[in-house]
Amino acid sequence: MSLLSVQDLRTYFHTRNGIYRAVDGVSFELNAGETLGIVGESGSGKSVTCYSLMGLIPSPPGRIESGKAMFDGVDLLNCTPKQARSIRGKRINMIFQDPMTSLNPYMRISDQLIEPLMIHEDITKADALKQALEMLDAVGINDASSRIHYYPHEFSGGMRQRVMIAMALITKPELLIADEPTTALDVTVQAQILELIKKMQKEIGMGVIFITHDLGVVSGLCDRVQVMYGGRIVETADTRSLFYEPKHPYTRALQKSIPSMQPKGTELYTIEGLPPDLSKPLPGCSFAPRCEFANEGCTSDRKPELQDVNETHRQSCLRVQSGEL
Amino acid sequence: MPETILELQNLKTHFPIYKGVLLRREIGKVKAVDGVSLKIKQGEVLGLVGESGCGKSTLARTVMQLVHTTEGTVELEGRNLTTSSPSEMLEIRRDLQMIFQDPYASLNPRSTVFATLAEPLLVHKVCTKKEVHARVGELMETVGLAPRFMQKYPHEFSGGQRQRIAIARALALRPKVVLADEPVSALDVSIQAQILNLLAELVKKMGLSLIFIAHDLSVVKHISDRVAVMYLGKIVELGTAEQVIENPVHPYTKALVSAIPTANPDEERDRQRIVLPGDPPSPINPPSGCSFHPRCPHATDQCSITVPVLETFAEREVSCIRKAEI
Ligand SMILES: Nc1ncnc2c1ncn2[C@@H]1O[C@H](COP(=O)(O)OP(=O)(O)OP(=O)(O)O)[C@@H](O)[C@H]1O
Ligand SMILES: Nc1ncnc2c1ncn2[C@@H]1O[C@H](COP(=O)(O)OP(=O)(O)OP(=O)(O)O)[C@@H](O)[C@H]1O
Ligand SMILES: [Mg+2]
Ligand SMILES: [Mg+2]
Repeated sequence: MSLLSVQDLRTYFHTRNGIYRAVDGVSFELNAGETLGIVGESGSGKSVTCYSLMGLIPSPPGRIESGKAMFDGVDLLNCTPKQARSIRGKRINMIFQDPMTSLNPYMRISDQLIEPLMIHEDITKADALKQALEMLDAVGINDASSRIHYYPHEFSGGMRQRVMIAMALITKPELLIADEPTTALDVTVQAQILELIKKMQKEIGMGVIFITHDLGVVSGLCDRVQVMYGGRIVETADTRSLFYEPKHPYTRALQKSIPSMQPKGTELYTIEGLPPDLSKPLPGCSFAPRCEFANEGCTSDRKPELQDVNETHRQSCLRVQSGEL
Repeated sequence: MPETILELQNLKTHFPIYKGVLLRREIGKVKAVDGVSLKIKQGEVLGLVGESGCGKSTLARTVMQLVHTTEGTVELEGRNLTTSSPSEMLEIRRDLQMIFQDPYASLNPRSTVFATLAEPLLVHKVCTKKEVHARVGELMETVGLAPRFMQKYPHEFSGGQRQRIAIARALALRPKVVLADEPVSALDVSIQAQILNLLAELVKKMGLSLIFIAHDLSVVKHISDRVAVMYLGKIVELGTAEQVIENPVHPYTKALVSAIPTANPDEERDRQRIVLPGDPPSPINPPSGCSFHPRCPHATDQCSITVPVLETFAEREVSCIRKAEI
């Protein structure tokens, strides 16, 4: 039984400049104890996918047009406020991409950390504080006992990010959604946080959705990876296959852009062209205008769908599917 | 020989810390930046790396004079910023720009992209009102944003798109020195590559000097001429990018380099990291002697007594009293 099952999620933004199809038909599953990586172009809908699950799409202009997201028998996209409250913030937690806007600048770190415990658990303030301190220690904040009373602006960027991580882990969630949780951390602290997540996964069987741009982190942490482009999943595979046998031209281009794989001093490989205009969906494959392999067939009316490469690997390039690539 | 454009001398920034919720009393200081001296040449890229909380952002904000300098001087083309008046600073800002770590916090949520980018151009009279639309469009294209987004507000963009707006704003006035605080950490690798190429091109064509703060050492190595490694408010190693990242001498740099994740699942599984024992030290009560000694695999008794200084060694500068032995 999967922990989370998302089917045909579509989240659109209705703005005065048109309808932005930020997420346009996304389906995936996650098992307990599993780590799913989501990578992909900036603006491809990774965060919006997760916000939709968390019920955080600003409405208007945002609207979930269709889809289901089943978590323990409850559809997260269509549940009562009471059901939502008992799940979100306790059983499902999210680490946000932008620590400064998701921390309250006027509240001490201590109060923000214990808030979820005070709401969801029958616990005294002293005990909650004790747990908060332990969690801050676990994410590697030194002098936790004096710094816990600081305000967010008194912390460095990476420290704020670690506070966010502590806040998300403190309720021991069954599902953790981490939106670029380690971008502001140096490699040694990052390694420490990834170890902490792995440890909690073993202890409580937590499932993790991990959004990141760092393909190095993906390769070390994730069991499976899915690649997004223009609001859709274009490729999904177990981590090894994705790195060693990428099929979709976008995935391959992404891999070619990693700086450490290119000689110093040369211009880095980049994907030509601009990201797709989500308000004007193109016929056919949305990557086609930038794809070096595209031909007429790619821009015909047929929308590419994910198809099996093998049991653990699916991708949506039409030319790969027809065996031409 | 290109000239030195920016020079920091023994720069220190200390923040007082308080204890108690009701009766806040000062109990000590966070020595966020504690005696940094650096010279940046025209057209040079200096990478700045180091543990989270070691003072990189504070160093950049001190150079920009956004926080109070405790001690030391910052000179830009011979002008001392620490003693400049606010009106002089306004003029200097044109030559000295910063890209902030947190683009969410640094963009005005009530301004469209157009307003955000047009403002500096008009304030500093870089172009006329008529030209400004075209200039903003150009700027947006330079950072890989479609000009059709001009009338959008920051919240309508994804994280990476917002970061590019912040980069475009910093470049609008064609500054001489840019302090970039993790400018590409929030971007996907392809756009990251675009921005890195763009910065490299500006350095080459316009002789821009760049202080580039980042955690991703492969990115730092790619773009930097020299790299400075900071630990607890001080520089512990400084040299060319190749020397420092491929052949580190300081034990902290060695640990840092060994932790770089690679985009290779098999290597990741079998890799040997130098795991640093213990927690990062407290900047409030820094350890005696070398502040890295409690976590250093090579530390001796002497390391807890002698404060190391930066000295030339193996074609670089490094502050470790055991550098020749390890
Ligand atoms: N409130 C909003 N109004 C209009 N458009 C929006 C809004 N929020 C997001 N979008 C659009 O939805 C698209 C997807 O955004 P999302 O934040 O999911 O991207 P992402 O994949 O997380 O990118 P990044 O890697 O840069 O964080 C973007 O093109 C963005 O412009
Ligand atoms: N306004 C402030 N008041 C008190 N302490 C501060 C303030 N700003 C920063 N500090 C402290 O100074 C130290 C250095 O912070 P800084 O933001 O420079 O770190 P950093 O190297 O940029 O880290 P990161 O990689 O996490 O962004 C930290 O210990 C931080 O808590
Ligand atoms: Mg995002
Ligand atoms: Mg910082």
